[in-house]
Amino acid sequence: MTDVLVVADHRRGDLRDVSYELVTAGRELADETGGDLHVAVISGTVDEFADKLNREGVDAVHTVDYGEEFNHGVYTQATTQLYDELAPQYVLTPNSVNGLDYAPAVANELDLPIVTDTVALETDGETLTATREMYGGKVETTTELEGPAVVTIRGAEWPAAEGTGDAAIEAFDADIDEDALGTTVNGFEEVGGGDVDISEADVLVSVGRGIEEEENLEIIEELADALDATVSASRPIVDNGWLPKNRQVGQSGKVVTPDVYIAIGISGAVQHVAGMKGSDTIVAINTDPNAPIMDIADYAITDDLFDVVPALTEEFH
Amino acid sequence: MKILVTVKEVATVEDEFEIEGTEIADQYLGADLNEWDDYAVEEAVQLQEAGIADEVVTVTIGPEDCEQTIRQALAKGADRAIRVWDDALEGVDLLDVEAKTEILRGVVEEEDPDLVLSGVQSGDDSWGATGVSLAEDLGFEWAAVVNHLEHDLEDGIASVRRELEGGVEELTDVELPAVLTIQTGINEPRYASLRGIRQAQRKELDVQSLADVGVDEGVVDSDLELTDMYEPESESDVTVWEGSAEETAGELGDLLRDKGVAP
Repeated sequence: MTDVLVVADHRRGDLRDVSYELVTAGRELADETGGDLHVAVISGTVDEFADKLNREGVDAVHTVDYGEEFNHGVYTQATTQLYDELAPQYVLTPNSVNGLDYAPAVANELDLPIVTDTVALETDGETLTATREMYGGKVETTTELEGPAVVTIRGAEWPAAEGTGDAAIEAFDADIDEDALGTTVNGFEEVGGGDVDISEADVLVSVGRGIEEEENLEIIEELADALDATVSASRPIVDNGWLPKNRQVGQSGKVVTPDVYIAIGISGAVQHVAGMKGSDTIVAINTDPNAPIMDIADYAITDDLFDVVPALTEEFH
Repeated sequence: MKILVTVKEVATVEDEFEIEGTEIADQYLGADLNEWDDYAVEEAVQLQEAGIADEVVTVTIGPEDCEQTIRQALAKGADRAIRVWDDALEGVDLLDVEAKTEILRGVVEEEDPDLVLSGVQSGDDSWGATGVSLAEDLGFEWAAVVNHLEHDLEDGIASVRRELEGGVEELTDVELPAVLTIQTGINEPRYASLRGIRQAQRKELDVQSLADVGVDEGVVDSDLELTDMYEPESESDVTVWEGSAEETAGELGDLLRDKGVAP
């Protein structure tokens, strides 16, 4: 029996997509040996979240009604207590910024090994085989470990769980030691360009070094307007201060998975590719037919972006 | 206030490379100071320049070969360095989070810093977990993925911003002592000056064994085993559209309409 506990991710009233992906990843592991899938949802409107998380294959949802937003101390305490109660083989959390703020603490507290940023998982009930990347995605590796573990999963690698389950929804009475909570979350701030979340966009018009000058961004904005799309960028554009940080696609920016990603004047450095290779369809507009972006592009136009971009804008006017 | 910065020399890989077993062949590897650690060092040095930190000490786990890389942090202003190495660590191909936590804990307990800064992750194996694991182990507080730190640190509180996904920052107060994992972009790391580089050669670089930091050799025994390394399958079956800009733009326009995402 391989029971699995997954811990949902939410922020400011909404479950994040990776929560449903965790359900899929957890279900796949539990299925290998006919174990149960437990979902934990900690803080916030837990009953509402629990209903949403009750998707096909979920055996139980455990709600911890304490506080509103993520606090790593609360998550660490609640998750370790749930582990003690349920004794699952694997604890799965997202490899999100918040996931990385408590999963290592849970592992250390429980004296369990941790494997982070996994992109595929298999188990025979005893040995877990985790696939992860190294060197910014240049290679993939498999890591094996015996027995229980804490595992974080990369977003957008598993499909979201669907359907409606018949999970038991149970309030878990976690004993939160308030004196041990040494951090206080005072609020949130949308940065640089308001609340645009490029990871939610269906179509991204993404611009790189090939745009040459800040004033040339105008043709990119016009194209995005014409397509009803969102503008994103590779790192040099953000480093130059031409677009805000929240438009940055890549390893130290955002991971995006739009239906269509149009890479304009982007060479496709591995750090960038790490952030967009999960896109459904990738179109590259680049004069260099040997640019690395061509390795992952589905379609390419090896022509001057200053000719192609205005012509495309014209198509949709 | 004393700041300890964890730093690591990371392997960099050329665009073309070969894999031997579960490693990239040596001739395709370079070495550099981990990018995230560079920002952590800069943040510590800025706190020192602002008169908030009295001493900045770096710590690394690595063989003698990495000293040149580690001295980069000294050249940028760190006061002294500690390098932990041991015969027992030689040839270990996966030093896991638990092991790094235990080794670094030994150093932190010896140095007794008020603040530990580490990079969010390393550019080679990218576990992204050691800083938080270390904090929990020490009974320190922590914050992961910090992209702003208020330079007052009064009343034993570090006010930070955590870089969440989706262009949102979390404003958080963290009680000291604490471990903060530092995100790129928090500052602009300086280049070492020639004077700094010269001075770095004379700064203390203390080498300690596992026994020196109070850790048993068994620390290298990992539950994890790296069993395979391979290049991800290339999906390079790109369709190149030919013709004038109008023609190729037309092809792309058709694609967008076919996908149902055109306005």
